[in-house]
Amino acid sequence: MKQRIKNEGYCLGIESTADDFSVGIVSFNGEILANIISAYVPPEGGIHPREAARHHAEVADAVLKEAFEKAGIKPQDLMVVAFAQGPGLGPCLRTGATVARALASYLRVPLVGVNHCVAHIEIGKLKTGAKDPLTLYVSGGNTIVSAFNSGRYRVFGETLDIALGNCLDVFAREAGLRPKPGEPLGALVEKLAAKAKIFIPLPYTVKGMDLSFSGLLTAAVSLLKSGKYHVEDICYSLQETAFAMVTEVTERALAHTEKREVLLTGGVAANRRLQEMVECIAKEHEARFCAVPSAFAIDNGAMIAWTGTLAFNHGLTTPIEESYVKLRWRLEEVEVPWVGRMTQ
Amino acid sequence: MGRTYDAVNLKLIKKGAEAWIYLAEWHGREVVIKRRLPKSYRIPELDEQIRIHRTIREPQLMHEAKKAGVPTPTIYFVDVKEATIIMERVEGEQVKLLLDLIPDEEKLKICYEIGMLIGKLHRNGIIHGDLTTSNMIQNLYGKIFFIDFGLGEKTHEVEARGVDLHLMRRALNSSHFSYAKECFDAIIKGYSNVLGDAAAGEVMEKIKEIERRGRYVTERKSKNQA
Repeated sequence: MKQRIKNEGYCLGIESTADDFSVGIVSFNGEILANIISAYVPPEGGIHPREAARHHAEVADAVLKEAFEKAGIKPQDLMVVAFAQGPGLGPCLRTGATVARALASYLRVPLVGVNHCVAHIEIGKLKTGAKDPLTLYVSGGNTIVSAFNSGRYRVFGETLDIALGNCLDVFAREAGLRPKPGEPLGALVEKLAAKAKIFIPLPYTVKGMDLSFSGLLTAAVSLLKSGKYHVEDICYSLQETAFAMVTEVTERALAHTEKREVLLTGGVAANRRLQEMVECIAKEHEARFCAVPSAFAIDNGAMIAWTGTLAFNHGLTTPIEESYVKLRWRLEEVEVPWVGRMTQ
Repeated sequence: MGRTYDAVNLKLIKKGAEAWIYLAEWHGREVVIKRRLPKSYRIPELDEQIRIHRTIREPQLMHEAKKAGVPTPTIYFVDVKEATIIMERVEGEQVKLLLDLIPDEEKLKICYEIGMLIGKLHRNGIIHGDLTTSNMIQNLYGKIFFIDFGLGEKTHEVEARGVDLHLMRRALNSSHFSYAKECFDAIIKGYSNVLGDAAAGEVMEKIKEIERRGRYVTERKSKNQA
């Protein structure tokens, strides 16, 4: 099939899978004109999906307006509207999807439903110039090691229970850490870990290329509650153990796939210590280490918009009646015909 | 490579993620030397703990597996401090490469056999911990050997059995996706043959539960889809 290449016009992308509502506008040659992110910060505890969705509905209007202003374009300049169709939290996804459907119908432009995990990989490739990487995607909701093979991003390893970012966040909350607005909880754990003096052994759970963090979290929280250890030392031990686990499975997948690039993405990718560890194994296997800049590593609209252009260029659009959200849409279910026919 | 224990003609054959593998001659035998090298990304305390633990556990489980009727290389020598194991060299073909080369009928036969071997391990309370087709070798006489028990454990828990088989399926899906389903079904048949339908059924239920628990299902029937 001959692919249609369009280099004019813009794609707007809406991301609303979890606590961030974000709108990005990109051109078809990969220029990012706007990437506005509005984060929902719960007054206490974790994200309540309904409360986050309410936040998204409240800010949608302002975020869209700001994105158009930043990009310096009019809604009529859009050629396509993309939105994160899954995976994620139902109420949050539905809010973004509703905004996307309304905008696309009003402008009479096609709609493209994008897989959130695919978008993380695609924006990473765009921003770092990686061509065919092994990707470690670590965030509050996902922990996935994947690489392209035969038309799809195959999953080599992932968490069997909670995500790495979730593990760090829950621990931070249990420890009573309160971030400043805009500061991720994980960053607080990283700061405290830097002041640690001792390492406390914690459960290290690697199963093949899969991981489990729930036992590690429980153990770290009970150390905390025992009152016998400094919180800095627990943060350090938790980070070292959890990061060593993801690095080990990434290395195993790298040895298995023999890819020449390692891409680190997702919210946890901002952690310097994790970057250092993954860079270390990349070097050892003579692969190029690519870390996505943090504005594009966290959930953002630009990645949805960019992936929307890739799909649209290959004639993939999503009719309104098929635009229902997919809460558990797996990465490896998505055909990615825009990726070259390289196999391992 | 540090100490060689009088081995000669050392040849590095694989720089794996976890260990470096050498072929060598050792007191007149052809051997494989497996050395878990320190990983500079880990802090030394954690690194030593992991390497020593796995160096002790791997030969123990390989020996147990043999008792259970599952072929594994014979262990000749273990140096815990240096995280080094010297074992028999099994000549043959990695099942990962083999599967792509043989007709479908042969594939299913081998997978059935693999399923029986996994069943024997589980029946004897051995969890392999990293079931992939890269960790299986068919020797020159057609026998299938299991290797790489470093992530294994000893337990009779249904949960651990379920995860073990789930990993097997994951490995088939990522490396042999065009015929993964047929192969996994054949593995389950062999597995049921050894463990019996009731016990195997219980493990299958557990796999389903593990997949529901995580992010493995296509689309959990959600009550209020938009």
